[in-house]
This record gives sequence, C-alpha cells and structure tokens, in this order.
Amino acid sequence: MVELTQERTVDRSHMQVSDEVAIEIRNMNKWYGTFHVLRDIDLTVQRGERIVICGPSGSGKSTLIRCINRLEEHQAGDIIVDGTELSSDLKNIDKIRSEVGMCFQHFNLFPHLTILENCTLAPIWVRNTPKKEAEEIAMHFLEKVKIPDQAHKYPGMLSGGQQQRVAIARSLCMKPRIMLFDEPTSALDPEMIKEVLDTMIELAEEGMTMLCVTHEMGFAQAVANRVIFMDQGQIVEQNEPTEFFNNPQSERTQLFLSQIIGH
Amino acid sequence: MSDTPVTYVRTQMLDQQAPPTSEVGPVRWMRENLFSSPMNAILTILSLYVVYVVISHVGPWLVNGIWDADSLSECREIIAATGDGHHSAACFGVITARWHQLVFGYYPSELYWRPVLALVVFLVGIAPVMFPSLPRKLYIVTMAAPFLCFWLLWGGSIWFPIAIALGFGVGVVAHKLLDANVSSLAGMIGAILLPLIYWLYICGPLAGGLASIIPLGIEFVPSRSFGGFMLSIVIGLSAIVISLPLGILLALARRSDLFIIKTCAVVFIEVIRGIPLIVWLFTAQLLLNYFLPPGSSFDLTLRVIIMVTLFAAAYIAEVIRGGLAALPKGQYEGADSLGLNYWQSMQLIVLPQALKISIPGIVNTFIGLFKDTTLVVFIGLFDPLGIASAIRATTEWNGIYWELFLFIGIMFFISCFSMGRYSLYLEKKLQREHR
Repeated sequence: MVELTQERTVDRSHMQVSDEVAIEIRNMNKWYGTFHVLRDIDLTVQRGERIVICGPSGSGKSTLIRCINRLEEHQAGDIIVDGTELSSDLKNIDKIRSEVGMCFQHFNLFPHLTILENCTLAPIWVRNTPKKEAEEIAMHFLEKVKIPDQAHKYPGMLSGGQQQRVAIARSLCMKPRIMLFDEPTSALDPEMIKEVLDTMIELAEEGMTMLCVTHEMGFAQAVANRVIFMDQGQIVEQNEPTEFFNNPQSERTQLFLSQIIGH
Repeated sequence: MSDTPVTYVRTQMLDQQAPPTSEVGPVRWMRENLFSSPMNAILTILSLYVVYVVISHVGPWLVNGIWDADSLSECREIIAATGDGHHSAACFGVITARWHQLVFGYYPSELYWRPVLALVVFLVGIAPVMFPSLPRKLYIVTMAAPFLCFWLLWGGSIWFPIAIALGFGVGVVAHKLLDANVSSLAGMIGAILLPLIYWLYICGPLAGGLASIIPLGIEFVPSRSFGGFMLSIVIGLSAIVISLPLGILLALARRSDLFIIKTCAVVFIEVIRGIPLIVWLFTAQLLLNYFLPPGSSFDLTLRVIIMVTLFAAAYIAEVIRGGLAALPKGQYEGADSLGLNYWQSMQLIVLPQALKISIPGIVNTFIGLFKDTTLVVFIGLFDPLGIASAIRATTEWNGIYWELFLFIGIMFFISCFSMGRYSLYLEKKLQREHR
C-alpha cells in the first residue's frame, strides 16, 4: 500500500457528484459456462462519482467492469451506459466503447506503434479527427501524464509506470465520459505505483467519473466517494470510504480488510 | 599475524596491451572453429579433402564449358579439338542456343516485350508494398498491376480486364451502401455475393459488347504458348500475390465467432490441405470445367493459377492463424476498448503484429509454392522442366541433361534465396522498429 495522503493533499473542489446517471446496472447476471460469476448485480453510478471496487481474487470485480464496455457479455439483466443500453448490437457496443475509456493491468499498448500513434489511432479512425488535430490532442494529454518527451518512442522502450500513464493518456484522447481501471497498478513496481496513482488522482480532481478495481486502499481513501466490496460474484458491502474502512459491517469485509491492512 | 602490510596503493596504471596472436584474427577463428580438438582437426582435414575432390572434378567441367555451340555433336567436336581428350567439359551452348525458349517458352518472339513489360509493371506495383518508404502514389500502379499484367501477357481486348476490375468496384459500392443502410453483415455478404454474380453473368457480355462497339486490344496469345521461366513466374507470382490476402481472410474466418463462416473456412482449409497438389492440378486440368457455368471455357493456365492459389492460401491461412494465436489477448481487448470496429482492429492492430510473427512461415510457404510450380509439367504445361524435356527431345540436343538441369536449379535457387533474404531483411527491420 502506498500512502498518498501524507505526500499530497487531494483537491476535492471539482469532485462533485451530479444527479445525472452515468451507468445503471440492473439485476445483471453472468456465467462463464456453468460457473455463475456475477450474481444479481445492481449498481447505479452518478456522473462524477469515483468508485473503488475491491475484493478477493475471483470475486468478479474485473468481470463486472469489463461487462460495462462489453469486453465480457452478460447473460441476464440490463446495463445502461450513458443512456445507451448494451445489447448485441455492434454499433451500440462500438459507440459505448468510444465513450468509455479503459486501462488494463498489463497496459495493452500497441507495441508496433509509437506512443504518439498509440494515442492518435482511435481519434483518427473512430472519431475521424484530422491527423494534425489528433496529434495536438495526444500531445496535450501526454503532457498531462508528464511524458511528452517519449512521444516518438515505442512502448517497449518505456518503464511499466510510463506505459500505464501512456495507456491512460490513450484513453483520454477519446475524451471519454467514464473511465474504467482494471487493477492499473497491480503489475507495477512499488515506486512506479505512485506515479500512476498521482495521474489517476489528478483525473479524479477534474471530476471524471471513475470505476476502479484496485487494492490501493490509500487511493480509495483519498479520492473515492464510494467503496464497493465484492465476494463470490456479489456486492457484499458498499459505503463511503471512511465508514467502509473504519466501521465495516459484514464479517466478510472485516476479514478482508484485516488481511490487506494487516501486513 | 604476519608483517605483510595489507594496504596497497598502485603507483603506475598499466597501459592496454595487444592480445597474443593466437587470440585474434584468423588464427583464433581457425583454432576455435576448425581445430578445437584432435577429432575436429581430423574432420577438418577430411572435409577439406572431400571439397578438393569435388572441385577438382567439377571445376574443370564448369570452367572449360563450351558456350557457343548449336548442337551437342558440335559441342563435343569442340571439346575433342581443344582438350587433350581426358578432360570433360560442360556444353552450356544449350543454354545460349535455347535461352529464349527457356525463358519465354513458345511465346511469339516478336512479342517478348510484353512479358518483360508485365514483369516491370509487377515490380513497380509490388515496390511500395515491399518498401513502405516509397511514395504512396505508387499504390495506383499496385491496384492496376494485376489487370495490366493479365492484359499484357494474354493480350486480347482491353475491355475484358477492365470489366473484371469493375467487379471489385461493384463489391466496394455494395459494401458501402449495404453497410450504411442495412447492416454490417448485409454489407459483408453483399460485398462478396454481388461481384460474384456480376462476374458470372454480366462481366462477359459487358466486355463482349464494349469490344464490339470499340474494338481496342492487342494480339491474343493462347496459354499453350506460355512456357519456361515465364510460366513459372506467372503462376508463382500470381499465386503468391492472391494467396496472401485470401489466406488472411481464411485465417480470420477460421477464428470467427460466426459458426457458418468458421465451418466453411475449416472445411475449405482441411480439404485443400489434405489432398496433394498434383491431384488438384489434375482436377484443374480435367474436372474444373464441369463446375463452371456452361459455355465458359476456362484457360488451362488460369485454372492452374486458381488451383495453386487456393492450395497456397490454405497453407498461408494456417501460418497466419498461428500468428493470430500468438498475439496476447490484451491486444484485441485494447483495440476493442478504444471503440475500433472489427475490421479496424484487425487492420490496424492485430494483423500488423500477427503478420510480423508469421513472416518466416509465410515466406517458407511461398518458397515451397514457387518450387511446386514445376509440378505443372505433369499436366502438359511447358514449365522450365517441360521445356528441358522438349529441348532434349530435339535432334540437336538429344542426350544433354546435366547442364540444363544445373541451369534450371540455379535459377530456382536464386529466386528462392532472394525471397529468403527479403524475409530476413523484413524481420530485422520490423524488429528494429518495434523495439
């Protein structure tokens, strides 16, 4: 765990939660073959919310956020993202994916393209942005994640932390309204975790709607306005962070927290 | 405790010195590679002896070769007259005397410029694909090259290749209209089905009609006049150029989630791969006409090209499938998460990487395919081997074989070796770029 609050104060002035619904998940169920991986998930995310999802491995937390941009298909229930319902309609799926940014545990940058090309690819091909404009946008976000000088290198030449920041910039270039983070720091060395979390905190300070699967409880305390604990494919407990960490209600949550805070 | 002081301070730094002679240059190389142990030394000497024996026998035969003789008997007279009677010499005269035949087969000699020009058009067309640093405008030549080469080689009315090319235009328009107005699946089906219908039923009459209104064309050369290396190159290059995109589509189809598309691809690949090429060639020669609409008699060389192409495509598909499978799942997900659609993610993310992984396999398949073109000799086409048999059947050159087959072998070696070198160049280049 990296302690963030000691080193920087988080500016909460722009972190306002609006009444507008960004994501609505109703009674959603998913099976992998015969394995019931997500059970009766109900979740409403308001615009501007920062939600941290935690839980033991295999609890379905990654699967849940991967359902939101249809990297995984759900079999029952509804998912409505930004007013568009996720169905098997390919055009809807592509539309939602272009509105929802995603960062992966292993970055998934495209190794055959430069950093800049990684960032301009989707704006050019999905949004039909002119190349020059797309490059300006890309440079803007690369500066934001503090690696503009690496723009012409290939991903393989960068450190893990830099790669993850590029991945964040790549998603931001599509001007997404929602960002999903799937364990963004789990594959990183301790000293690189901080640089990625700093970038994510900055994003939160600007009011981005974020869903974040992570084990970084310091991050959860600093920026989240809701922490969700999942186990066995179900939402076991959700609460605002101080209450969640100081006064967990369910036994399962208490056990989980004692295990990750304990060491 | 001894009195030796533990502290030590160097007062003078040592200069760099040259290594001993046994550790540098050719001496070291020989010690390491040729004489590293007594056994290796014996093997080295033995090998040198074998090399000497081979060269001392073949060398004079090659060096003393007679290049200007019009028949085998004339060649033998020259050897008898010049040598002391003990030395053998090659009769390379057959190559100079029959050079045109070996290269062009029975193509009319006043029209030799056409296949040569076709080769130039092909090379200009392929250049921007092989060397991406060339100007992109050259892609216009690339698009026109297949039709232009076809027309130059076979001749006839210019309207026929143009009508065929229009079929691709029909496909593109159909895809655009249906994709935008109906659905992407309809767009895909339309893009395949409409051009097929066009080619089968409209293309022929259209070309015929246009030709009767504006007769524009060059002399028609039938396929049976094709021969020699020209035939090998025409079959080999057409098959290479067409089988790559076809193989890519087949590989993608085989990994598709759509059951029917996947099944079709699997059946096609397994059937084509599971039967020897020579059987397919006989099929092309004897049976293919039964499957085509009545009245359309198809040229034998074209039929062979189609068969060789399909055969190569099945192999290429499997090679590329390996490349696709080797790509981490995260790459597909990364592309998906950005909102790229299927074809965009394939074209921009998946295929560039999968093809890079597959380069050695693809080039390997191409080399095999190019050499397999010699199989067409069995269905009566005059590839270099067929021409060689024909030359050996004439009274002038009856009885010659080493020189001809050596020449044919060297020509094939040069072609295949350069393909292999290009693949190495490409691999190194991509490695550098992506690192």
